Amino acid sequence: MHRVLGDRRAIAILLGPALVVYSLIMLVPMVWSLGYSFTKGNSIDGFTGNGVANFSRLLDDPAVRHALWFTLKYAVVVTAGQVVAGYLLALLYVFFLKRASALVRTLVFFPVVLPTVAVGLLFQKFFQVAPQTGPVNSLLNAVGIDSIDFFGSSSSAFWVLVVMDIWRSMGFYAVLLFAGLVDIPEEVLESARLDGATGLRLVRHIVLPLSLPVLMSSLIFSINGTLKAFDSIVALTNGGPGNDTTPLTLYMFQTSFTYGDYGYGSTIAVLLTVVCLLVSLVVFRVSRRDLTEG
Amino acid sequence: MSLRTFRARRTRLGLFTAGVASMALLATACGGSGSGTAAAPKNFSYLSVTENTTVKTALTSLSEGSCKSANDALPLKVETVPQASLDQKLQLLAGQGALPVQFAAGNAPALTQKLAKSGKIADLEAKLKELGVDDQLEPAAVSTIKALYGGKLEVLPYEYNIEGVFYNKKIFEANGLKVPATWDQLVASAAKLQAKDIQPFSASGQQGWPLTRLLSGYLYRSLGPDALKDVADGKAKLTDPQYVKAATEIAALGKKGYFGKGVGSIDYDTAMNQFLTGKAAMLYMGSWALANISDAKQDKIGADNVGFMPFPAVSGGKGSIDQYPSNVGLGITLGAKSFDKNTGAWVSCIAKNYGSKALKDHGSISGFKVNTPVTDANEVTTQVRDTISASKQNVLWFEALFGTKATTISQTNAAGLVSGSVSPEQFMQTVQDALSAQ
Repeated sequence: MHRVLGDRRAIAILLGPALVVYSLIMLVPMVWSLGYSFTKGNSIDGFTGNGVANFSRLLDDPAVRHALWFTLKYAVVVTAGQVVAGYLLALLYVFFLKRASALVRTLVFFPVVLPTVAVGLLFQKFFQVAPQTGPVNSLLNAVGIDSIDFFGSSSSAFWVLVVMDIWRSMGFYAVLLFAGLVDIPEEVLESARLDGATGLRLVRHIVLPLSLPVLMSSLIFSINGTLKAFDSIVALTNGGPGNDTTPLTLYMFQTSFTYGDYGYGSTIAVLLTVVCLLVSLVVFRVSRRDLTEG
Repeated sequence: MSLRTFRARRTRLGLFTAGVASMALLATACGGSGSGTAAAPKNFSYLSVTENTTVKTALTSLSEGSCKSANDALPLKVETVPQASLDQKLQLLAGQGALPVQFAAGNAPALTQKLAKSGKIADLEAKLKELGVDDQLEPAAVSTIKALYGGKLEVLPYEYNIEGVFYNKKIFEANGLKVPATWDQLVASAAKLQAKDIQPFSASGQQGWPLTRLLSGYLYRSLGPDALKDVADGKAKLTDPQYVKAATEIAALGKKGYFGKGVGSIDYDTAMNQFLTGKAAMLYMGSWALANISDAKQDKIGADNVGFMPFPAVSGGKGSIDQYPSNVGLGITLGAKSFDKNTGAWVSCIAKNYGSKALKDHGSISGFKVNTPVTDANEVTTQVRDTISASKQNVLWFEALFGTKATTISQTNAAGLVSGSVSPEQFMQTVQDALSAQ
């Protein structure tokens, strides 16, 4: 076996096809996109070289700063919400509902399998103020508060977005973390209980450290997903009001495909790639350190 | 060199060659599609927007009637996309050399001009002359198209619209209101209606343009017909005080709640519906709304109950009340590559018959001559048709001379302007920035 795997030709034959496919569908488009970021134009007019003009424009563009800020804010808030809510649900499944949790798990997981656009429309109707008053505003009216135009101001639109995305995906993280919690040996918990650790103390000192690896993978999953969020935002607010809820992904899409500025759109894509890379590196670093120590 | 390193090198070289080859393959695959060769079209394919039902319905009934022979040679095939994604779709199709035979040519004239410059659009003026049907177009419509498309006839006038305010006569009478002639009177009427709990205006903030049209209406009345041309030419900026004044006036209407609740989530159909069911007293709209007004199923207040007035004058302004904003709707054009004899047969049939067909079946006014006399469905249609033929000077709309980016930004921020989340200064600044970045 060692002889086969030590042979470079064997490695090439075994890895080759996968590498070629990976290069064709992942690396080539990335390099291609990087190439476009030094050009100006679109598929109608054709492309012309533009040097680093797109990159200097990127630095000066207030819309990019706004989109980047929104993307980071959204990623942090939604990730925190998703993972915390998922973790609490997982604890609920394991320690409170125990074996009877199957039905609750299914119910909470259900939104994960719904199409994002359907969820977006659902929340739009839920929070709408006109032409019909949605259930949320009806409730507010019932307790004597005036209707709120949730999608009319950037802060309320942001929070509706956050609530929707957490609701939509917490079931997934709950199941993921549930798997991690189930993995904790019953004996460890039992002996901790015998030592007098119950409730929060048990969670804080025994459950949390032992489920850290799966918690870390949830974080990486979540941050990666939320930095690239696109469909849920398009379905719910389409970046509005104005461009207040426009993340980098949507700004990139609009620049390339709506404004027909492919070169600059690619530059924004490069920025997004760099941001994802940096965040992944940081999370990876943190998680590696934690794993070796704990 | 040992055999092993030699092998390794050979493998590396092989992988490298394969990589380069695959990249080259990809490059040719991508680059090659840009310039497709001309092939005779199999269908009279027509890419339209979901929102516009008049043109496709009228064309379909022409294909079964007057244009049957053209349709037999080249069957009509209609495809639709939502108007909001039309620009994306066109740019992708154009990039692939796959534009349909006839298509709605983008939300902003800028995109159409870009397509024309790169030779993707047929030279309609020459083609119509060749076909001998150039006299079938109304001169007013042709001059509007030329004003929009840099002096060229780049689209066909499937619609010819003027814009103004439609109002509910019954509500006006019941509240003792006269048709306002000035902006101040309009605002006063709105205040009176609002005080009686009647929503003065219905407008779609989701679309945005029904709101920015009010802005350009005010600008044309206060600064004259060149107000926005000056901005396009760089002689003035939207951030100049007299321009911001217009935004302030429109924002004030919103601040007082004259557009009702949640204007940002009101879409076009809802706004139309609010007016046609008597829930709002006024609707700023183009004459294409006559199709909805003539339709008894949609129009619950009755066509006889709808009046039309021009955008009111601004006291001391340079513009005049008889300068109507006019347009040819969403421009519809024909691809250069697929324009052959069969396409020509369709075009000449459309030029001769579309005008009367659209007017008769839909109450919709086009820029094609009405060759078979049609009696108007109602008084307001007559009023609008008379206004069109009497109108001497036309003006454009707010985004008419903007690029795609500024158009989108203006329309997506309009709801914020009237809901108060964006100040008039901010709004004009944002749009001006997008204009300057073009």
